[in-house]
Amino acid sequence: MGVEGIGARVVRKEDKRFITGKGRYVDDIKLQGMTHAHFIRSPHAHAKVKGIDSSAALKMPGVVAVLTGQEIVDDKVGNLICGWAITSKDGSPMKMGAWPAMAPETVRFVGQAVAVVIAESKNLARDAAEAVVVNYEELPAVADVHAAIKSGAPQLHPEAPGNQVYDWVIGDEGAADAAIAKAANVVKLDVTNNRLAPNAMEPRAAIADYDSAEEHFTLYTTSQNPHVARLVLSAFYNIAPEHKLRVIAPDVGGGFGSKIFIYPEEMVALWASKKVGRPVKWTGDRTEAFLTDAHGRDHVTHAEMAFDANNKITGLKVKTYANFGAYMSLFSSSVPTYLYATLLSGQYNIPAIHAEVVGVYTNTTPVDAYRGAGRPEASYLIERLMETAARQLKVDPAALRRLNFITQFPHQTPVIMAYDAGDFNASLDAAMKAIDYAGFAGRKAKAKADGKLRGIGVSCYIEACGIAPSKAVGSLGAGVGLWESAEVRVNPVGTIEVLTGSHSHGQGHETTFCQLVAERLGVPISQVSIVHGDTDKVQFGMGTYGSRSAAVGLTAILKAMEKMESKAKKIAAHALEASEGDIVIENGEFKVAGTDKAIAFPMVALAAYTAHNLPDGMEPGLKESAFYDPTNFTFPAGAYICELEVDPGTGKTTFVNFVAADDFGRLINPMIVEGQVHGGLAQGIGQALLEHAIYDANGQPVTASFMDYSMPRADDLPSFNLSHTTTLCPGNPLGIKGCGEAGAIGASAAVINAITDAIGKNNLEMPATPDRVWRTIHAA
Amino acid sequence: MYQTIYHRASSVDEAVSLFAKSTEAKFLAGGQTLLPVMKQRLASPSDVIDLGKIKELQGVELLGDVLTIKAGTTYFDIMQNADVKKAIPAIAYLTSMLGDPAVRYRGTIGGSIANNDPAADYPAALLALGATVKTNKRSIAAEDFFQGLFTTALEDGEIITAVSFPVPAKAGYEKMRHPASRFALTAVFVAQTKSGEIRVAATGASESGVMRVPAIEAALKANWSPSAIDSVSISASNLLADIHGTAEYRANLIKVMAQRAVAAAG
Repeated sequence: MGVEGIGARVVRKEDKRFITGKGRYVDDIKLQGMTHAHFIRSPHAHAKVKGIDSSAALKMPGVVAVLTGQEIVDDKVGNLICGWAITSKDGSPMKMGAWPAMAPETVRFVGQAVAVVIAESKNLARDAAEAVVVNYEELPAVADVHAAIKSGAPQLHPEAPGNQVYDWVIGDEGAADAAIAKAANVVKLDVTNNRLAPNAMEPRAAIADYDSAEEHFTLYTTSQNPHVARLVLSAFYNIAPEHKLRVIAPDVGGGFGSKIFIYPEEMVALWASKKVGRPVKWTGDRTEAFLTDAHGRDHVTHAEMAFDANNKITGLKVKTYANFGAYMSLFSSSVPTYLYATLLSGQYNIPAIHAEVVGVYTNTTPVDAYRGAGRPEASYLIERLMETAARQLKVDPAALRRLNFITQFPHQTPVIMAYDAGDFNASLDAAMKAIDYAGFAGRKAKAKADGKLRGIGVSCYIEACGIAPSKAVGSLGAGVGLWESAEVRVNPVGTIEVLTGSHSHGQGHETTFCQLVAERLGVPISQVSIVHGDTDKVQFGMGTYGSRSAAVGLTAILKAMEKMESKAKKIAAHALEASEGDIVIENGEFKVAGTDKAIAFPMVALAAYTAHNLPDGMEPGLKESAFYDPTNFTFPAGAYICELEVDPGTGKTTFVNFVAADDFGRLINPMIVEGQVHGGLAQGIGQALLEHAIYDANGQPVTASFMDYSMPRADDLPSFNLSHTTTLCPGNPLGIKGCGEAGAIGASAAVINAITDAIGKNNLEMPATPDRVWRTIHAA
Repeated sequence: MYQTIYHRASSVDEAVSLFAKSTEAKFLAGGQTLLPVMKQRLASPSDVIDLGKIKELQGVELLGDVLTIKAGTTYFDIMQNADVKKAIPAIAYLTSMLGDPAVRYRGTIGGSIANNDPAADYPAALLALGATVKTNKRSIAAEDFFQGLFTTALEDGEIITAVSFPVPAKAGYEKMRHPASRFALTAVFVAQTKSGEIRVAATGASESGVMRVPAIEAALKANWSPSAIDSVSISASNLLADIHGTAEYRANLIKVMAQRAVAAAG
């Protein structure tokens, strides 16, 4: 490892512009003649749109147009799609309710757009929006998943009788039932995985610019995957063919999954920019983010785990109701199925697993992938089950886990996944040592003397990242392949531009991706720049989500680097009159091994472009590209242990210690990895203690601002104690597993296991607010 | 935000006369409530009259047994003030827990009590300490000033100039923070006056805003100690209930916060 190579704690290149206010986000972009959009959104959770009167608004100052849902349907802009086909257990396809970009007839959640005002300024658009009269006929609404599947419940979509999207199963039900029937002990648990609002710091935004002479659109948007956005806008929404649509995702201030999806606002901005003949900008505010950014989680689950007389797990049966909200968002269908139920084996040998997942429509904001996406729900369920089992079986929770750990790899679970490598005992050992697990009993007794209830909670998570082998996901219903592309362009003076289909919106790619180049060539990272986020610059890419960018995106860069280096070695060998096989790359030089003959990398680059003296038949230039399709998922795993105190008078939780021992395979930049873990833990702890997107029985959101929705703040969180135990991922040449979601996947169970340990009662739902904890302590 | 005319008054008299000339004016103190409400278009004053630069509304005075905080003094200046820390440290402590640093640099005591949010901190201090609200027209006892949710005795165009606190023998404040807003989910201010009167006020708890808690006052009158409150029963009826706390939880918090406030008061 060089000072800037793989494994070095290199300071982030991008931070200079971010911390000096020089980042360039969509809202910072101003185009000549730009107009501003303000959406008119339904205040009702379910209603018929009987009429829209925009006559008064059109007379107001600065108003360019008022466009309605009927017009976008008339112009044949396509309905929003869901890109992963799920088949129910009876063989029928999932039931898709039509989702137009603005509702022409029926609104199904509070915040759904029915019309848009285009005006000369944002405030003029808002003023005019207040003058648009929408005549609604309110319909009965349903927000709760159990209420929605009852007979007689309000029905959302004619396409989906009973509000059921699908009833999907995985695993062997007979085997799971038999295991439970024969079990020495059965542990049963009901859990709710609370709905979350993603709350990226930057709200969503879009600017659409139509060039009528070229019949060409440019879209600036807050996207984690601009090429996927272009593909979907082009192939499904009829905006424009791909070569007539450029999508740019500049600096993007956080995504957490919520900016994977192509939302109605981008579609409307594009369509409207052509209609009004001027650029159209929309920047959402925080309340619009709460109402329209795809939410996360929202499962209700019953699970039963079977144990034999030796406390070995023999089977697991799970039934989950997943609340999808009012419409099926872009990747929503895959989240509670292939991203959830396939991880239900956790870190354990479980011979028989069966899971059934019922997807349900409700009159709430659509739900889709949010940091972890399905895997936090699986990990929370399994780790709550293990803790519950330890209490029921009266054994140490860490020992029960060890007894059931998978220790041989590769390991085929009964639910598709083939774990390739790991050392679960090593992670647990590291975490237990870091928190002094053995000394806990003494600390608990001392806390008791001070009037505090102290608890400890373990969570051993596993996730599937590096999403994903294209053939495998294709066979499971995915509408796209999940490879990544890269291009390495060496300039004549030897500086390097790396083009990647990954997108950085907080992950630090502009630093870590350079570190690979520095490692291989021995050049300083200042000589390398990372180009991403523009469909005109990067040929294609699948974007950043699912902790995939290092494992898949960086591997694609490695493949392109290898091709470039191979050509560069030929040029160097020719120049040095040596054999290509004798050339080695060291400290920015191409050397003849074992001699002092060398040529600096910039001279090799220059030779490639002057082309005065290249090997016979070689093309000039030094530029190579590669596509990389992973061979398997990667399996980051780890052990989190949380120690905390509960104040019995108020129910308030105070952290004493939080240790995270992760196995992410090879780390490129440990500092950036730690930052990713910190952020993930904050969101996992936020889910456990604070965050909850709540609707009342009529589908009205109760938490549509930070006055009511509790985001974790610095003083809500402990100082994290991180460590790493490493098994390299055998599935990619760099041995990388991914680190972006682990914290959010593993943390919440550790927190709830610790609180329930402290208060001596096992049943406690998230978020464990002081009120809820206090009522649980004092419940009869 | 709708269009509005901004005025910066240089004296209380000028502010009053600007108000009289406007059709629907609002006074702007620290702006920590008015501006968000305007941004959400829930308020649309024709004119906004900024009191922030009026010198006579700034500062703290300690004269004998009376601590006077001028209405335009920011939370940050109050929590840092040596006289406040010396005379009534519970007020400095209360202020240090109010909102967050950005709020504390802008928000003012006058703005807070004029708004009378049912979960605001200062109303509890005023009520428990038996403070007097001074306006450009009169003096109003705290008891009479707070009149329910977001309602005060202030008349149209009346400006709070200062709040005077009798320095107590003992005082303490404890707050359970609302997890999202950081207002008081429930907070209790306890005070023992120099004449021996016990006054206890709770904020964030009641459907009708800040309130005295006679049952706890009686228990502390008999025995000024946290344990004296153990046997007090607080009814949950007429207490606030929302997603962050049931009425029963708030009833519990009134007791627990009062006990901790007494312990803090010493």
